[in-house]
Amino acid sequence: MAELDTSGGGKHKGGKVRSKKASTRVDLTAMVDLAFLLITFFMFTTTLNKPKAMDLAMPDNSEIKNQLPVAASRTMTILLGGHNKLMWYMGEAGKSAPTVDGYGPTQIRKTLIENGNSVAASHAAPDNFMIVLIKPSDKSTYENLVNVLDEMNITNVKSRAIVKIMPIELEALKAQGLLQ
Amino acid sequence: MPRVKVARKSTAIDMTAMCDVAFLLLTFFILTAKPKVEDPSKAEVPASQAQVTIPDDNVLMISIGQQNKIFLSFSGTDTRSETLKTMGEKYKVDFTPAEVNRFANTEIFGVPMSQLKQFLSTPSGELKSFEQRGIPADTTSSNELSDWILTARKADKALHNQDFHFAIKGDRREQYPAINTVISVLGHQKQFKFDLITSLRAAPKK
Repeated sequence: MAELDTSGGGKHKGGKVRSKKASTRVDLTAMVDLAFLLITFFMFTTTLNKPKAMDLAMPDNSEIKNQLPVAASRTMTILLGGHNKLMWYMGEAGKSAPTVDGYGPTQIRKTLIENGNSVAASHAAPDNFMIVLIKPSDKSTYENLVNVLDEMNITNVKSRAIVKIMPIELEALKAQGLLQ
Repeated sequence: MPRVKVARKSTAIDMTAMCDVAFLLLTFFILTAKPKVEDPSKAEVPASQAQVTIPDDNVLMISIGQQNKIFLSFSGTDTRSETLKTMGEKYKVDFTPAEVNRFANTEIFGVPMSQLKQFLSTPSGELKSFEQRGIPADTTSSNELSDWILTARKADKALHNQDFHFAIKGDRREQYPAINTVISVLGHQKQFKFDLITSLRAAPKK
């Protein structure tokens, strides 16, 4: 099968009839075929890439221990609304008007970096890092939450928390039509 | 003038080396093989740049699929059979040894207790078309999901003396309240650290 007959043929005229020496070679073609077939099967059925995961630590709010007050000017609040839009404001709720923003490298990431820099500039070390509160509304999707958390990792925001949204913030979202 | 004779070469190729390599690869793939588990939740995970891989074993994964259906999967066949027995006692459902065995070999499930017996008696070939309704997780602090998680954790602690890693796999279009339910169920059990399973997105160019 895999070997062509390359002997000259028809040369042994006369002389003794010798018994043909059987070749010791084994035809491996079929075996290789089978091996590759099995390789292909196992390659397609295995999961080589393990799922990647993002760490999320929620605060333990069952017991309130002694907490330190934090300057409101250091906190940035991100409200996740519907329609893949978010709003953010610095400081306390209701005191400054929230800004509507989107998810993306030129939008929330830029804002996070700018706000982080301004907080770092206006406060004395070592308490000059920004604290971000993420408040997802009922209309935001899981992808929105993961995106925001991902931006936190990219912009290196160390202290962030997922917090329940307040009624006054829901009003702000509603006013922008982001709660539908 | 004599004709130049072209030496006839044998067309046979020595396949020994090729065969060796093929079987070497085959052995590698057989030994590393871990069959893909069909995910009935069909959750489409969001992308992120997180690079942490979740551990292979000792993981309790909660999947939230479409229509807020909650599915549960946790590792260890012995843990699974132990969990089912305890849950059967709690919910007054008797499971036959065959059903316990079947459950121990079920990687992921998402049925309420009332549907579980039916789920376990479905032949594995028909499981794909079996409509899993999801594990109920209403807002009360003790619901079926939290019972499952608690029982599984206790079984894992008793059998292996270890604590589960929690992983949450959510569909990216899922609305936040569904995720919040799962997080608060875990929060009631004082579990505050989870892994959110995401697919990898390429890092931004700097």
